[in-house]
Amino acid sequence: MRLFIDHRTDYRFSEPQARIVQLLRLTPTSNEGQNIIDWRIDVDCNARLRRARDGFGNETHMLYIDGPIDRVTLSVTGEVLTDDRAGMLSGAVEPLPPMLYLQTTPATRPGAALDDFAEQVKAAGGSALSRAHRLNEALADRMTFDPGRHAGARDAASTFAEGHGACQDLAQVLVAAARAMGLPARYISGHRFSDVEGSKVQEATHAWAEVHVEDYGWIGFDPSTGRCPDDRYVRVAAALDFRGAAPLSGTRTGGGFEELEVGVRVGTSQAVVQ
Amino acid sequence: MANIGTFDEIRGNDGGDAARPEFGALGRWITDTPPAELDRRQKAAEAAFRQLGITFAVYGEEESSERIIPFDIVPRVFTAPEWDRLSEGLVQRVQAINAFLSDVYGERRIIADGIVPPELVLNNPQFLPTLAGTQPPHGIFAHICGIDLVRTGPDEFYVLEDNARTPSGVSYMLENREAMLRLCPELFEMFAVRPVDTYPDLLHETLRSVAPRGSGNSPVCVVLTPGHFNSAFYEHSFLADSMGVELVEAADLHVDDDVVWMRTIEGPVRVDVIYRRIDDEYIDPLVFNPDSVLGVPGLIAAYMAGNVTLVNAPGTGVADDKAIYSYMPEIVKYYSGGEAKLPNVETYRCREPQALRYTLDNLEKLVVKLVDGSGGYGMLVGPTASKAEIETFRAALIAQPHRYIAQPTLALSTVPTLTESGVAPRHVDFRPFILSGANGVQIVPGGLTRVALREGSLVVNSSQGGGTKDSMILAGPARQSMGSGGMSQSMGGMSQSMGGGMSQSMGGMNQSLGGTSQSLGGTTRGIA
Repeated sequence: MRLFIDHRTDYRFSEPQARIVQLLRLTPTSNEGQNIIDWRIDVDCNARLRRARDGFGNETHMLYIDGPIDRVTLSVTGEVLTDDRAGMLSGAVEPLPPMLYLQTTPATRPGAALDDFAEQVKAAGGSALSRAHRLNEALADRMTFDPGRHAGARDAASTFAEGHGACQDLAQVLVAAARAMGLPARYISGHRFSDVEGSKVQEATHAWAEVHVEDYGWIGFDPSTGRCPDDRYVRVAAALDFRGAAPLSGTRTGGGFEELEVGVRVGTSQAVVQ
Repeated sequence: MANIGTFDEIRGNDGGDAARPEFGALGRWITDTPPAELDRRQKAAEAAFRQLGITFAVYGEEESSERIIPFDIVPRVFTAPEWDRLSEGLVQRVQAINAFLSDVYGERRIIADGIVPPELVLNNPQFLPTLAGTQPPHGIFAHICGIDLVRTGPDEFYVLEDNARTPSGVSYMLENREAMLRLCPELFEMFAVRPVDTYPDLLHETLRSVAPRGSGNSPVCVVLTPGHFNSAFYEHSFLADSMGVELVEAADLHVDDDVVWMRTIEGPVRVDVIYRRIDDEYIDPLVFNPDSVLGVPGLIAAYMAGNVTLVNAPGTGVADDKAIYSYMPEIVKYYSGGEAKLPNVETYRCREPQALRYTLDNLEKLVVKLVDGSGGYGMLVGPTASKAEIETFRAALIAQPHRYIAQPTLALSTVPTLTESGVAPRHVDFRPFILSGANGVQIVPGGLTRVALREGSLVVNSSQGGGTKDSMILAGPARQSMGSGGMSQSMGGMSQSMGGGMSQSMGGMNQSLGGTSQSLGGTTRGIA
């Protein structure tokens, strides 16, 4: 599938800012399931971008903007050719061994209830692969996906207790549960084309999880849908949790408050977010 | 009085009042100086420390209860051969720590070769995966290490803990010496004591040597402090001042284009080396704790780009972790090719079935520690624990053996110490400071001696009745024939001064050195 992505982030500040420093994880890398044809980041003011790669293998950019500045627009546009590989990942940059992804972080601490849930899924038996699938389906059944919810603020245990969350929250729940079952798991941020909503503008990027299964390698699981990612997905960044893979982490020097507006359009034809 | 079998570093093993032959003069000084005079000098030293502001706040007490760490006037002395052997072991250990860090953030050969179990590194909360693949300028991670040692006999030293993050306490080494020079000058006539006041110069030299390549002949070094509320602020300002470099807080620095800049009245100045006294967790809100206001956004990017040296490098905690500690003898051997010259305290890894069985059979004799615990939490001191405590630990050990290590209780050495009932032996530990720069490893002949002031106590934490002593390293054999007067001219070359503006510049600074159980790295010692 040929996907066109347009991801725009608008910041407006109530007072001019003296300096803005951001860490961006907005750029996907090619693997066997996705071929990046074209990708660019544009900033609508005088800024410096520095490209690097982090320890997880993600392509990062540092964004430096001098003030005074009271609004910034970041536009990410790209074209990606994708293949449906039933969630199987191969050909990705893998600097770290799977075992690393057994490491719990504060956001992916399961808590007793999720631990029990994971234990039940595990106790039902089967191969690691079937357990991973069952976990994804069971979570999708049990949890309600709230696409509009503000994401990233809740840890896995709280999301699980509340029974609903944004895709970012659900991804952290799956990651926490898979690790509790002894399977290495990681958080993935990226984009997803929705054929139901078509090219409608969404308010956030997508997120899901990958679980490492012996003999198969990394396999994607999307607890928002209960399925594995296919050719409608573009994988951008991977890490232990939301914070490590967040598309944008920013700091600003200056007073006042900020308003943030995000618009993401994933389509099968080129068009521009208005 | 010390138990039979306890080694007293000055008086030897027999428990009598006579000193070891090499310390005869010191033994006579202790017995000949009236306790009232020792007490007067000790009080004078403490008054000076209070005036300098080397105080710490005890958590949970009123703000007004800022205390100084008690100072003991009776010094601890190491002979030249003792120090030489110790130094060799320390150099070897610190080189291995740096080789290990370079490896685990690089190729991870030591894991591939099966020396260290992979999960102890990869699933260690101190391992920072986002920095995997990043090597610091000149390949050195732990530029400043404070290795905590205990001693049980003339040649029996053991490493208790490797502090490879941001060890503190070096200001006590310097201030204690200055007090001793002023109050007990006769000791420096009796003994050729090697000076410690070169430490700030050596530290500065070390910092400059590890500047990123291309930063020229005069790299800009700064000390980054969390601020004056931090417990060790005195030390931060003291070190910046004695090195003659800027003391900065996060707000004084910014990163642009992956380069670190310092605000000055003459405009921005590029910074090459940051001696940071802020923990990894708080150093850059973009990468670690997002709520940190102590850190500098972009600092990790500048580090990863090789544009700034962070001293110590982020992520060094994976080397001084308790779980890794038990593998240090193997780690030293792996990188140095020889046996570790400084042994660990014998450690049973309860993850190994045989060690677990031994531990369970000997709980009342052992100290059991949680590998991921700190500050004395999750620790069993067998000999002093109740039956119920032992049984609770037994259950915990059986449930999760991999989380525990066990160690024998050691007969820690003592040093004569001034107490309310005269001079008496008290248990001590020792933290020398080891500097690793591009030109090799250097150790100032000295360190921080902590003493458990309560009789029989093994807890050297300042928050729990611990104090400090001067640690004197002798340049050569003591002059046994020397009287308490005269012959001072023979010491000409050894005269010491705490050079350069150190004391006057600290005047009027009344900062808290608070929470010294933290700032001196003191976890409760469970070694008996």
